[in-house]
Amino acid sequence: MYKPFAITLDVGSSLVNHTGSWRTERPVFVHRLPPCNAACPAGENIQGWLYHAEEGNYHLAWQEIMKENPLPAIMGRCCYHSCERACNRTRLDETVGIHAVERFLGDQAIQHGWSVTKAPPAHCGKVLIVGSGPAGLSAAYHLLRLGHEVEIREAAAKPGGLLRYGIPRYRLPRKVLDAEIDRIIQMGAVLRLSTPVTDLLEVIREGNFQATFVALGAQKSRWVDLPNDGSIPISDAIQMLRSLEDEIAPSRLQGKRVAVYGGGNVAVDAARSAIRLGAAEVTILYRRSREKMPAHSFEVKEAVEEAVQLKCLRTVEGIQQGQLVLEERVLTDGNEPLPTGRREFMAADLLILALGQEVDTDCCLAELPEINLLAGNLQVDATMMTGRDGLYAGGDMVPSERNITVAVGHGKLAARHIDARLRGTTYTPPATAKPATFERLNTWYFADAPSTHQPVLSLIRRQSGFEEVLGDLDESNALFEARRCLSCGNCFECDNCYGACPDNAIAKLGPGRGFAIKYDYCKGCGLCIAECPCGAIEAVPEEI
Amino acid sequence: MSDENAPEQKVKFYQKGTYTVGNRLVNVRQRSVQASMDRSNSLTCGHRACQGCGEALGARYAIDAAMRATNNQLIAINATGCLEVFTTPYPETSWQIPWMHSLFGNAAAVAAGVAAAMRVKGLKQVRTIAQGGDGGTMDIGFGCLSGMFERNDDVLYICYDNEAYMNTGVQRSSATPVAARTATTPAMGANPGNSFNSGKNLPLIAMAHNIPYVATASVAALHDLEAKVTRAMSLHGARYLHIHVPCPLGWGSAPHDTIQVARLAIKSGLFPLIEAEHGMVTATVPIRQPVPVTDYLKLQKRFAHLLRGGEENARKLAAIQTIADNNIKRFNLVRKEAPRV
Repeated sequence: MYKPFAITLDVGSSLVNHTGSWRTERPVFVHRLPPCNAACPAGENIQGWLYHAEEGNYHLAWQEIMKENPLPAIMGRCCYHSCERACNRTRLDETVGIHAVERFLGDQAIQHGWSVTKAPPAHCGKVLIVGSGPAGLSAAYHLLRLGHEVEIREAAAKPGGLLRYGIPRYRLPRKVLDAEIDRIIQMGAVLRLSTPVTDLLEVIREGNFQATFVALGAQKSRWVDLPNDGSIPISDAIQMLRSLEDEIAPSRLQGKRVAVYGGGNVAVDAARSAIRLGAAEVTILYRRSREKMPAHSFEVKEAVEEAVQLKCLRTVEGIQQGQLVLEERVLTDGNEPLPTGRREFMAADLLILALGQEVDTDCCLAELPEINLLAGNLQVDATMMTGRDGLYAGGDMVPSERNITVAVGHGKLAARHIDARLRGTTYTPPATAKPATFERLNTWYFADAPSTHQPVLSLIRRQSGFEEVLGDLDESNALFEARRCLSCGNCFECDNCYGACPDNAIAKLGPGRGFAIKYDYCKGCGLCIAECPCGAIEAVPEEI
Repeated sequence: MSDENAPEQKVKFYQKGTYTVGNRLVNVRQRSVQASMDRSNSLTCGHRACQGCGEALGARYAIDAAMRATNNQLIAINATGCLEVFTTPYPETSWQIPWMHSLFGNAAAVAAGVAAAMRVKGLKQVRTIAQGGDGGTMDIGFGCLSGMFERNDDVLYICYDNEAYMNTGVQRSSATPVAARTATTPAMGANPGNSFNSGKNLPLIAMAHNIPYVATASVAALHDLEAKVTRAMSLHGARYLHIHVPCPLGWGSAPHDTIQVARLAIKSGLFPLIEAEHGMVTATVPIRQPVPVTDYLKLQKRFAHLLRGGEENARKLAAIQTIADNNIKRFNLVRKEAPRV
């Protein structure tokens, strides 16, 4: 071959030069656990469904939620979104409004009649579920998806448990509640209403059930004995909320002065319901400071907006001649405020006790020798099984944080273990990934974007009726909110690694397929790791 | 949503990925060339640049964008320098385009000749780019470059500015910033590092030639860089693009910090992103999240001596801050406007 003067070699490509041998650390794509997912008691893959939602792919996003939680429209309204308190975006501007997007997706599903499409495998076992609250519904749903027959027994006339008889309709409209329960029943659950279970073993024997999940909740109100001359009637908050379900007489408390004793969410619900029933004055009495109120601060804030008054650091000592006798307390360095002996009188027409709830010891479990119900002591093991073989329990009955999302998580976990039991295997939860911390993000790539707040029902309408307080996000706002997700710890295909590699050593595999690192050429400079917005690439030392 | 033929989509500021290389939420045409699976990879794997080389990155960004803009009808002329040495150790080449190297100082003249040859041959669609480092452009090749400008030859000249002669061992160039340590301006004596009141600003000198297009760009601002290359290739005549490319070896920065260092140069105001046509500034990129110059300096060992405290150092840091502040004032870089990078 002819070669010009002083040229002895043919032209070749630098591709023969494998610069990967320079590397001491290799970049590796990883999945880290986003803080929202880690915080969700129902175990939702929040980052995962926001990924679909931000593309406008709402059906796929909803299906992703439904893998873990059968009640998105309810949860989006009523759960206490621990995910949002954990959200890394709070360090940039405000948390992503996860609950609002979840609610939007849940409502889309109801509106479009989406159902769970996955065909169940062959019927496998028959499971009894006692109680149709969030734990029972969740267990039923997951067992149905896993191919089992399910029968739910409910003592009340309507299903839903605490969702119906504890959460007022201004927070959870009943058409939403009914739609999401219906969807589970449509999957093939047998639901028996007004059927209290008294002899559990007899029911199990008769129905030939192979496993049982009991979730009766904590329905018994704590009571306090007060020196009482009978001049002010006393009622309890659970009773009051329950009565609202059957009939709403808007003027039931017209002109009355109502005192609610307690500082939890139930107390706030009772106070806000009293306002809606026409009460002239509603006061929450609480023995500690406002900061210590177990009720969620946004609910207290909404209650105060609706003219509920707060009297903190007060205990009720008795009732005399149409007046409540209050004792003032004072804050100390320790947690418990001390009594001062100073008395105060407050006129009232009704005292509502909201001092917490206990598990009813007089229930169908009471006779079983393996089970101890005293003092909220229904112990379950890591598989949600009680001391009795094949009998599982969850929700407010078992010791843990008491809220509806925890209950949904219990139902799911119990269902997976029951499924394994019926198939003669064991269920091993997947290993938890390492946390996706804020420090691992490159936030330069995220523009400032304050959160979109749901429209709030105007004050007058809130005070006079049971309409839903928080409005819907419209689609453009829901999309905005979804796109604020930082995708912590998981690749969202932004192409930064593909673009930032000076050695052209990252290959793009196409939409949904991610990227591959060409280790023959990667010199290990770490630019892809530094420029990844979501911390989804890690350096791993090479063996030398 | 990602359909090639979808109508132009308004990119809203909040969309995640607006500042990233790609963005699966906007349609394909609006994503960067670098996000494309079929980008030309003009500068391919196996080159011998150091880990985290800003110049290798900047060259692929710029030439890939020029390839897209010219429908792959492109010839590149390279001055001597790092880029030439690490891409073409005989007999290998990393270039996947027609590419030519002659001498250190004559890239602009050779490119002018290539452009003339294309014109004579009637190959109007074939476009010519000359490229080099700051040494080959601002010092050694400056005469040829000025001649190319004043003749208004149909060439885009791209200078990859890493602020010293890196290939030969980090000697000072006329692009070396004040106070920076190099092999020829050691950090010792009464006035350590490069002296104050030295060096030149080539983009402004290029503008003084009243050529059709002059712009500055950075490896930390990909969308802006690609837009400028595309604009340059839509014009004819002499055009000049000055790209800021950090050099981990010469600057003493970590290889993984290359883009971060370039970004801080923009955010501090030390490297303004501007665009000018026929000698007039037509656009500047406002700074998002401004920072003091020390944020930029402290990532680089070449400035380490400045950050050891003392009155003299404080005075010098203040002088460097003044340079940045003057840039910000001159080009109105801090203003209320959503920046595109």
